[in-house]
Amino acid sequence: MTHRKTLVRATVNQESVEFLCEPRQSLLECLRDILGLTGAKEGCNDGNCGACTVILDGRPVNACLVLGVEAEGCEIETIEGIARAGALHPVQRAYLESAALQCGFCTPGLIVATKALLDQEPNPSEERIRMWLANNLCRCTGYDKVIRAVQRAAEEMREVRA
Amino acid sequence: MKWFDYAAPRTVAEAAGILASHPGALPLAGGTDLLGQLRSRVRETDLVVDVKRIPELNEISWDAARGLTLGAAVPCYRISAHPVIRRAYPALADVAALIGGVQIQGRASIGGNLCNAAPSADAVPVLIALGAVCLVSGPGASREVRVENFCTAPRRHVLEPGEILVAFQLPPPGPGAGSYYLRFIPRNEMDIAVAGAGVAVTLDDGHIRSARIALASVAPTPLFVEEAGEWLAGKPVEPQSLAAAADLARKAARPITDMRGTAEYRRHLCAVLTRRALEAAIKRAKEERS
Repeated sequence: MTHRKTLVRATVNQESVEFLCEPRQSLLECLRDILGLTGAKEGCNDGNCGACTVILDGRPVNACLVLGVEAEGCEIETIEGIARAGALHPVQRAYLESAALQCGFCTPGLIVATKALLDQEPNPSEERIRMWLANNLCRCTGYDKVIRAVQRAAEEMREVRA
Repeated sequence: MKWFDYAAPRTVAEAAGILASHPGALPLAGGTDLLGQLRSRVRETDLVVDVKRIPELNEISWDAARGLTLGAAVPCYRISAHPVIRRAYPALADVAALIGGVQIQGRASIGGNLCNAAPSADAVPVLIALGAVCLVSGPGASREVRVENFCTAPRRHVLEPGEILVAFQLPPPGPGAGSYYLRFIPRNEMDIAVAGAGVAVTLDDGHIRSARIALASVAPTPLFVEEAGEWLAGKPVEPQSLAAAADLARKAARPITDMRGTAEYRRHLCAVLTRRALEAAIKRAKEERS
């Protein structure tokens, strides 16, 4: 074994980044410990809880189940990139205004997963929302307020588009 | 996780060469099984070989004569969204939307599901039912392995060091074809099958022309119940025929008792799931004909 770190070039929240990482480090570790982006959370670290959800080349993924080195040449969007120009994204505002969180640990993952859904489907059914968010676990509140928040965000985003 | 090195070859030959010269190396596709296993030290390796950057492993192509070629590393979300797969191989589209949640489907592949060689792998009974063949490349000659012959024991399969699963070849379904996968889990989503049944049928004027049935989670490997499908061939589409085939599936099962269910419960599930999956596949076949 070489025990050499690898240089990875990627785009994170629309900015080009380069970082050195060990091949065994997950994308989540790279984001949090190397790039200082601590919004994505480590919950289970085995792909069940969704607290580390980021958008990789347009798809929501668990950053704990991606190696940092796999991100070479990829575009990554994290919770830190969702708000633009100091204004909350409609999804963030809807979660806040719907009180769809208590401790907030799962919230970055839920918001990122929700944005990925609404970017491709402006008017998902409640069943579709529930299935889409099945990989995001919340241990505080239950999910009804989350669903209401997603519906509220979807409605607002449709109005903006119209 | 223990330290490992990482390689991302761009060709099948390069990947096979690396795997052949590093006998303990592990191929990485979506990583949704492998990275968890490395982290918990269920498996260890000095070298992870990322095969996702090889074009043949990422290809979905369709040819009326040869059928579907599905790259082993294609992530599930591309499979469930693919119009040809949705129309011609609906059970495959269904199962790609059933494994894990969207975050898992963004990475996980059907080749990975097979090579992980878990008895509970949801995609494998579907591949067997659809008659899929594995296209395997190695340092020497390429070879083909039928999916039902791929897994040899829990977490074991037929690939030799240096061999790589490149793609699946699925025959064209022909007229009057339908397929379905049904599993039982105690939740609504994101769980491991207590038992599962994948079936594919072709119909011919009220008769079953051919049928293939395979089961998940009821044997040390995904289980092809060839005799149940052969028994159904030529039988009328009637509840008694389907019940008899379902009973053959129940008899073929060799389940264990574990935290997900008892052996007896799993045998019962085999009959129920096989019958219902046959009914659903036949419904699809009739819609296909009409």
